[in-house]
Amino acid sequence: MVLKTDYLATLVLGPSDFETLRLAKRETATGVHVVRKKVGNMNIEDVEFGLDSFVVPSLDENAQVERGDVTIRHTVEEAVLADEVGIDSFNIAEHYRQDMMDSAADVILAAIAGRTKRIRLGTAVTVLSTQDPVRIYNQFATLDAVSNGRAQLIVGRGSLTESFPLFGYDLAEYEELFEEKLDLLMQLLREQPVTWSGKYRPALTDQYLSPPLPDGHIPTWVGVGGSPQSVVRAARYGLPLMLAVIGGNPLRFKPYVDLYHRALEEYGFSPRPVGMHSHGYVAETDEEAVQIQYPHWAHTWQRAADERGWRQPTLEGFRTEIARGSLYVGSPETVALKIASMIRQLGLSRFDFSYATGRVPFPQRLSTIELFGRQVIPRVKELLVEARYEPTRNDRATSLVAGK
Amino acid sequence: MSLRDAGARHLGIVGAGKLGTTVARAALDVGYDVVISGSGSPGRIELIVDVLAPGARVMTTAEVSERSDVVILAVPAHRFRELPRDLFAGKILIDAMNYWEPIDGVIEEFSNAPRGTSVLVQAWFSSARVVKSFNQLGYHDIEEDRRLSGEPERTALAVAGDDVAAVATVMQLVDDLGFDAIDVGSLASGVALQPDGLVFGVALTANELSGLLWDEAKRA
Repeated sequence: MVLKTDYLATLVLGPSDFETLRLAKRETATGVHVVRKKVGNMNIEDVEFGLDSFVVPSLDENAQVERGDVTIRHTVEEAVLADEVGIDSFNIAEHYRQDMMDSAADVILAAIAGRTKRIRLGTAVTVLSTQDPVRIYNQFATLDAVSNGRAQLIVGRGSLTESFPLFGYDLAEYEELFEEKLDLLMQLLREQPVTWSGKYRPALTDQYLSPPLPDGHIPTWVGVGGSPQSVVRAARYGLPLMLAVIGGNPLRFKPYVDLYHRALEEYGFSPRPVGMHSHGYVAETDEEAVQIQYPHWAHTWQRAADERGWRQPTLEGFRTEIARGSLYVGSPETVALKIASMIRQLGLSRFDFSYATGRVPFPQRLSTIELFGRQVIPRVKELLVEARYEPTRNDRATSLVAGK
Repeated sequence: MSLRDAGARHLGIVGAGKLGTTVARAALDVGYDVVISGSGSPGRIELIVDVLAPGARVMTTAEVSERSDVVILAVPAHRFRELPRDLFAGKILIDAMNYWEPIDGVIEEFSNAPRGTSVLVQAWFSSARVVKSFNQLGYHDIEEDRRLSGEPERTALAVAGDDVAAVATVMQLVDDLGFDAIDVGSLASGVALQPDGLVFGVALTANELSGLLWDEAKRA
């Protein structure tokens, strides 16, 4: 008699299933009831839906740009709402610009931690090349403590590089910096004490850092923009891969996903999850979403075009990006269909929604978060269950065994 | 998409990043023999090439140059001076690089290059025949916009260079890979193809591209 393997999987608990149970139990103990929808061995709750914020000062009711401190408090409110409407994670970027207030993500995340119970708190991305991994450890292990195990990281380059001159690093050494700092961070997160030496910071000898992490390391993803070398590097460390897809057809990243899985195999790792970050805006109807988002999108891209020599934004280009590119703008149904389709075609286990690009006012930012959490996510899950989609496991259990 | 077979042609590519592997794939698709190198030893990029451009052969940069009459240079702009100056002696060297401050850092000489960065590339590789092309569009446009010759709305790629024979060879390559090739004149006039340039980053047909450049020439 031959048993179907997905049936077997529900009978036989592997070590990673025990880990899941243990974590589920732990979450229950903190007052959070975890319901995991099982279909065969498929677990749709393994798909994480996050929000990403650059903490951009919005336009207030008088169409004036609000003060930065106001924006930061609004961002905390936005994350509190995200928690309420069932979004899995809230992730803050890192920039040092006058139009973005995300220079100290850990502080904002700690404030959010104090007002939420369930949502995971992360970065998107931490510009690791210009940070001291020891300090990152201190900050995020502390965040993990105050949030009761909800800290997570995406480390990467980011697409803007103002942190290099600010902190006295040479952009030409980007690769070497990233490599060395990732190596140290992974050692610190995975096993202490650490003895380490490198080029860019003083050596460590039998060093313990506080606070210790009770449950292994903080889930750490590597954010990449499609350079094949960065994809291979993520696999070399056995770290989950986060693709930043901010323009053009997302399916062009399929070969990079294939490359990642091949490289994981070569380095002897089990499959790791792949996620994608993209921009969008959800409103009641497609047209309303376009009307609200377009002027702010155009303003943001106009500036990027001026600074970086890119093409000028047009409404036609905006609509083309919605129809065939990387923008997720529209009604909950439109956005859900597109997200579900990309998740299936690229084999994703995480989708981070960079909601409300540019200076979209606070009330409209809240409204898009509400629609994303209450309508888009449940609809995407429904579509994935219908399609019998099988995500790669995406939880602490996966990242606990990474590396070595 | 399979375009017409280009016959027994050969292309060398230096740089196995986004652009290098995309052009490799396009060239393999039309029957080119492709050799490719990355930084460091060939072993470092074998897996990348095997997955992203299966069929291309991985070699050292010196071997790629030795075996090719036409080489595409697709490395980060701040790194090309790490390559020996006589590496591409006598070869047609296609400069597909763009200087981006956010990627390359601020390099004064590149930021203030009124005759374009390809002139600096030619000055470094003085014994090569440098032609500027393939830098004008993003790598994903090069992946997605390829069309057979004569198809309506075929995207154009500009080609700029001082060596007329080298320009003609590169125009044939551009056409083989699925784009209308437009000769826009001297290497220095390639400044129109780079970031902030008139035709940078916009998918244009041959008529639109030459129209824009012609209007600009009339104004000057």
